[in-house]
Amino acid sequence: MGELRLMKGNEVIAEAAIRCGCDAYFGYPITPQSEVMETLMDREPWDETGMVVLQAESEIASIHMIYGAAASGKKVITSSSSPGISLMAEGISYIAGAELPCVIVNVQRGGPGLGTIQPSQADYWQSTKGGGHGDYRLIVLAPSSVQEMNDFVELGFKLAFKYRNPAMILTDGVIGQTMEKVILSDYIPRLTDEEINEKYGSWATNGRKPGRQRNIITSLEMDSGRMEQNNLRLQAKYAKMEEEEVLFEEFQCEDAEYLLVAFGSSSRICQKTVDLAREKGIKVGLLRPITLFPFPKKPIAALAKQVKGILVVEMNAGQMVEDVQLAAGCAIPVKHFGRMGGIIPSPGEVVEALEQKLIGG
Amino acid sequence: MTEEIIIAGFGGQGVLSMGKILAYSGVMADQEVSWFPSYGPEMRGGTANVTVILSETRISSPVLNEYDTAIILNQQSMDKFEHMVKPGGVLIYDPNGIIHPPKRTDINIYKIEGTLIAAELGNVKTFNMVVLGAYLKAKPVVKMESVEKGLQKSLPTRHHYLIPMNLEAVQKGFESLELVQAV
Amino acid sequence: MELKDIINPNNLVYEKPELLTENTMHYCPGCSHGVVHKLLAEVIEDLDIQDKTIGVSPVGCAVFAYNYIEIDWQEAAHGRAPAVATGIARTNPDKVVFTYQGDGDLASIGAAEILHACNRGENMVVIFVNNGIYGMTGGQMAPTTLIGQVTATTPNGRDVGRNGYPLKITELIAQLPGTSYVTRQSVHTPATIRKCKKAIAKAFQAALDKKGTSFVEVVSTCNMNWKMTPVKANEWMVENMFPFYVPGDLKDSSKADPESYTPLKN
Repeated sequence: MGELRLMKGNEVIAEAAIRCGCDAYFGYPITPQSEVMETLMDREPWDETGMVVLQAESEIASIHMIYGAAASGKKVITSSSSPGISLMAEGISYIAGAELPCVIVNVQRGGPGLGTIQPSQADYWQSTKGGGHGDYRLIVLAPSSVQEMNDFVELGFKLAFKYRNPAMILTDGVIGQTMEKVILSDYIPRLTDEEINEKYGSWATNGRKPGRQRNIITSLEMDSGRMEQNNLRLQAKYAKMEEEEVLFEEFQCEDAEYLLVAFGSSSRICQKTVDLAREKGIKVGLLRPITLFPFPKKPIAALAKQVKGILVVEMNAGQMVEDVQLAAGCAIPVKHFGRMGGIIPSPGEVVEALEQKLIGG
Repeated sequence: MTEEIIIAGFGGQGVLSMGKILAYSGVMADQEVSWFPSYGPEMRGGTANVTVILSETRISSPVLNEYDTAIILNQQSMDKFEHMVKPGGVLIYDPNGIIHPPKRTDINIYKIEGTLIAAELGNVKTFNMVVLGAYLKAKPVVKMESVEKGLQKSLPTRHHYLIPMNLEAVQKGFESLELVQAV
Repeated sequence: MELKDIINPNNLVYEKPELLTENTMHYCPGCSHGVVHKLLAEVIEDLDIQDKTIGVSPVGCAVFAYNYIEIDWQEAAHGRAPAVATGIARTNPDKVVFTYQGDGDLASIGAAEILHACNRGENMVVIFVNNGIYGMTGGQMAPTTLIGQVTATTPNGRDVGRNGYPLKITELIAQLPGTSYVTRQSVHTPATIRKCKKAIAKAFQAALDKKGTSFVEVVSTCNMNWKMTPVKANEWMVENMFPFYVPGDLKDSSKADPESYTPLKN
């Protein structure tokens, strides 16, 4: 059983990285996630576990440092916020194309452009539909509590190494800045070079050992036929994720006549909305996708047969609502309620939206 | 029992750390807690506020639009948060710098002369602890020994010598709360 | 004399380094890359570090460098090789890491990455092949294109008013305290090839000795995009490039002594 602490979500990312045996963090400061690197630098894990922590000259450099270290079989993590993730898009596409594991944390803020430092969920499309160039997918985990900020670092690495694919923890300023109780994970030792050779020697570029073929990490393939095969292999991998890795959570859906769908911090707000609405006699439930890719299509399709309407609540202009609509089909109304620009919808506001857009409508 | 609190004032008044000590006190009393600050440049001299929730059960939203208690330490915060106190709830304010006192008639209103008391104690930095003491008089959500443990947890060890002075300020605030209006 | 008397191990005066693969190089006839690749392979072989050397290839003509030398390689995005190499070097301190970059990659799109990697003194070798032009994309202006030089995007010659000045990035790099060895070489004659090999060997030895960043510029030709014969291109390089990009060592010391920097008292 781990250690109980009161910590900010961002601080927990740092602590979880050290404890899960990370080899390196490369990053660049940006609000509202700078506490991740600040905590790491304060903890000085290079003395404790040998973990490398480096402040890079830019987010572009950070993600390419991740690309380099990940190629050598190391367990590496970076974090940023929306504008910084846009800068990382190039490197993320290379990492996905070269099929390397890593964890990227996006503590979202409002956009577009420099936008605001206040919380937002407007990078849903960027994270789940691409963001960089080419046909690729990230595994996207959306924590809704400080505890999950701890748990999803380890889960992210587990999935990233299982599929040799980057995993993103998509969170926002609310979860990043909130302090809650958290039970920290126990320490897992970093892999030794011998263990890396044994586990990842078939692909890792950490020096050509006698008796093994040299390894080359690249996303380049000039032959169209072979490049299409590479793409088909990636697509098969993504299809397997959709089959095996979907995670979601349901609240009070058993007798629900209406359904809220929300992820991350919005799902916390919607839990309160469910309580408030039920006090008014409205039978509403909440489905919270935990993996945004792979998306929980099947449970939404099942609940769409039970309820009279779905309200998708997001801190954006309506992004996940498209995936919910696709999963739910056309038999019932699927509406969106969102706030933008860093404004966090209040639980009461969502009750009103539910009444106006679905019940009264 | 769930207690939903907003603490709001100027950056530099110790609003965030007061919330933090309250949250730690809750942890020491084995409660569920959440602490959500306003963040960014406004922390440096502008308005700062923090939402603290203490509960016996799992906390849903860390962000709220109505509060059981509002602790208000400047006029901007009064303008922003007075109307967000639940009917029958509590509003505590320091009259120093308040031009327009609260007008609500459906809530309990208290005053604490935190600025004056902290000055009398000889350390204006204890202001937030005076206000915390006043709050605990109005709403005894955590015991004094939990506050002491909370201070030990939230302050770095090199600042532990300040704990007795802080506890004295909490005690002074506890004794100095003035009732303005009860409903 | 029969053929078997000529092709006889006793008569061997030259052989391909073992680390060079059998793959046919994609470089144009007359290109300098092939020579630099051969020197790299020889140096890695001579130092017997093929089991711990990791190469980072760029975007540009040398993107396929990984096809030619029998070691582990990683292909970087355009300009980012020094960041990729930083990631490898920091997490694998016992390995030898080098980047292989052209002038567009290193001095234009990757200017930030190379300056900061060198300034941090990352323990790595940088091989910088400067031919004053973008080769792979078809001969456009590079940051190192000379004033008046004709390229696909400066059809009437590079104009300072419109395009700015040629960038002596190696001179900038030599200023940085993280670098220990900064040199400018060429490979257009047997003598300069031998000299260049020594420079590359010295740079790799510095990486083995953990001396920070070593930087070897190789002033080169691009006869195809310069639209000259290889021989003419060599002559043009000596006549026009060398006066501006003067061959020789720019720095040969050790990385700045951290002790000589007094930290602020906290």
